[in-house]
Amino acid sequence: MNRKPREGFPWVLKGTHMAYSDKVIRHYEQPSNVGSFGTTSEVKKKKDIGVGIVGAPECGDVMQLQIKVNEKGVIEDAKFKTFGCGSAIACSSLATEWLKGKTLDEGVAIKNTELVQELSLPPVKIHCSVLAEDAIRAAVSDYKKKNGLEAGDDDHQHAKVEAIPCKTNAN
Amino acid sequence: MPVKLPIYLDHNATTPVDPRVLEAMLPYFTTKFGNAASRNHSFGWEAEAAVDKAREQAAALINASPKEIIWTSGSTESNNLAIKGAAAMYEKAPRTAESGRGHIITCTIEHKAVLDPVKRLMREGYDATFIDPPKDGVVRREHIEAALRPDTILVSIMWANNEIGTINEVPEIGALCHERDIIFHTDATQWVGKMPTNVETDNIDLLSWSGHKIYGPKGVGALYVRRRKPRVRLVAQQDGGGHERGFRSGTLNVPGIVGFGAACECCMTDMDKDRERLLALRQHLEESISSQLDVVQINGHPTRRLPHTTNISFGFVEGESLMMGIKEIAVSSGSACTSASLEPSYVLKGLGVGDELAHSSLRFGLGRITTREEIDYTIEHVVKAVNHLRDMSPLYDMHKEGIDISKIEWAQH
Repeated sequence: MNRKPREGFPWVLKGTHMAYSDKVIRHYEQPSNVGSFGTTSEVKKKKDIGVGIVGAPECGDVMQLQIKVNEKGVIEDAKFKTFGCGSAIACSSLATEWLKGKTLDEGVAIKNTELVQELSLPPVKIHCSVLAEDAIRAAVSDYKKKNGLEAGDDDHQHAKVEAIPCKTNAN
Repeated sequence: MPVKLPIYLDHNATTPVDPRVLEAMLPYFTTKFGNAASRNHSFGWEAEAAVDKAREQAAALINASPKEIIWTSGSTESNNLAIKGAAAMYEKAPRTAESGRGHIITCTIEHKAVLDPVKRLMREGYDATFIDPPKDGVVRREHIEAALRPDTILVSIMWANNEIGTINEVPEIGALCHERDIIFHTDATQWVGKMPTNVETDNIDLLSWSGHKIYGPKGVGALYVRRRKPRVRLVAQQDGGGHERGFRSGTLNVPGIVGFGAACECCMTDMDKDRERLLALRQHLEESISSQLDVVQINGHPTRRLPHTTNISFGFVEGESLMMGIKEIAVSSGSACTSASLEPSYVLKGLGVGDELAHSSLRFGLGRITTREEIDYTIEHVVKAVNHLRDMSPLYDMHKEGIDISKIEWAQH
């Protein structure tokens, strides 16, 4: 970002435009891979789909990430739906782009800092990238559990809805 | 005619200076630059005459006497002077007492410029009751009556709320205070100049308002201090040359005061016209949005609201991303992300609007410069942005599938 936004105020006016990076704006206006592979109950039955839902409405962010995995263990498609700010939408959109064609292990290796760097997120928006990383892990874990593969890490095994510490409460 | 962008719909935050006001102010920067306190030459007399005229214009707007107007730097200062000044004057125990100095009543959804002075007084030996407003946001006489104590010395209730525009029962609360010999202050920043105000029939003792909310300049405000029935006295909060009859020392901001007076006069002339026109535009905005979108909630009382203000929650979309989608329209959001703290609006939370809907709210503040074309553009783009965001909202999907989102256990830490 060529102009540093004031702390906690991510949309300093740039002409009439808020100071999001061009990449965030592009993902917001034309997000990649919006959608799902069926309703909540339908995807539950599909063994090739892994679902991760993280965040909470009270915190202003909920991310739903679905991955479609082929028999070789490669993520051949990914879709998202996100309730949240422009940065949260951009993080989920970018995550789906990056996940396609990756193996499960490669997918889980995506780090939030890489999303931050690619989208030039300001410090107040780092939690959006953490949420996206959590969504990836939750989706992969859900897929593994459905298919009786290694149990995945315990944190994600049982919870249907994952969450990172809510910033509303943290302050 | 194409709409000129960007569109300003944040008149509750501030208003542009009316060209008539600017014209009145200009000579007082360069040629008529005297100090209104200079009693021994024409420069001072000229400035003093201008200040006196402005005092008459300001008094006329609220049906007060010019002697009852104290110039300040804005509503924050007026509120501080009124609340702290009255508390010190009418204290029940001396300054040295650690408690029992008197009881103050206010409301949880007041502006911080009222809440914070009251909180400071609590640390200095006063007690306070913060009334929780009902869901419609309107503070009524009975709420105050229930909070009264024998040692209540001051009630401070805003006339109209800055975030949702709801109108409190100010004349009724004023009457109650007068029956009980309690000083009544109202922060009328959002009200005066937009709605008819009469400090006599509305039973006001102290009233704060500000220049920049009524198409005047920033940095100037006024405090009305009642002089008879009862004569209200205050302890000055700023010491110095004894200006403003000792209530508020400091050289007067003559150009600002001239602008304030001119703005008051413009409001007198334009008020009825503005009010009717803006009410029709606001209703058009609310009705169009409600008919084109589902799960939309207009916050606060349905009708008892300022004609130019509306605060709308859009279910399943987040406020900041919505603002990004209407980037050519300047509005204010109750979403956490727009302020330094990540808390959603305390006003909306105070009304019992859930955090989730508070995150999804926008305040539209219409004003004298707002046109029908701008409102039509706003409706079109808000609807478009909400639909765009709902297309990617997992919560909207769950809603459509009949899942009750409030019943889901979101794993919060």
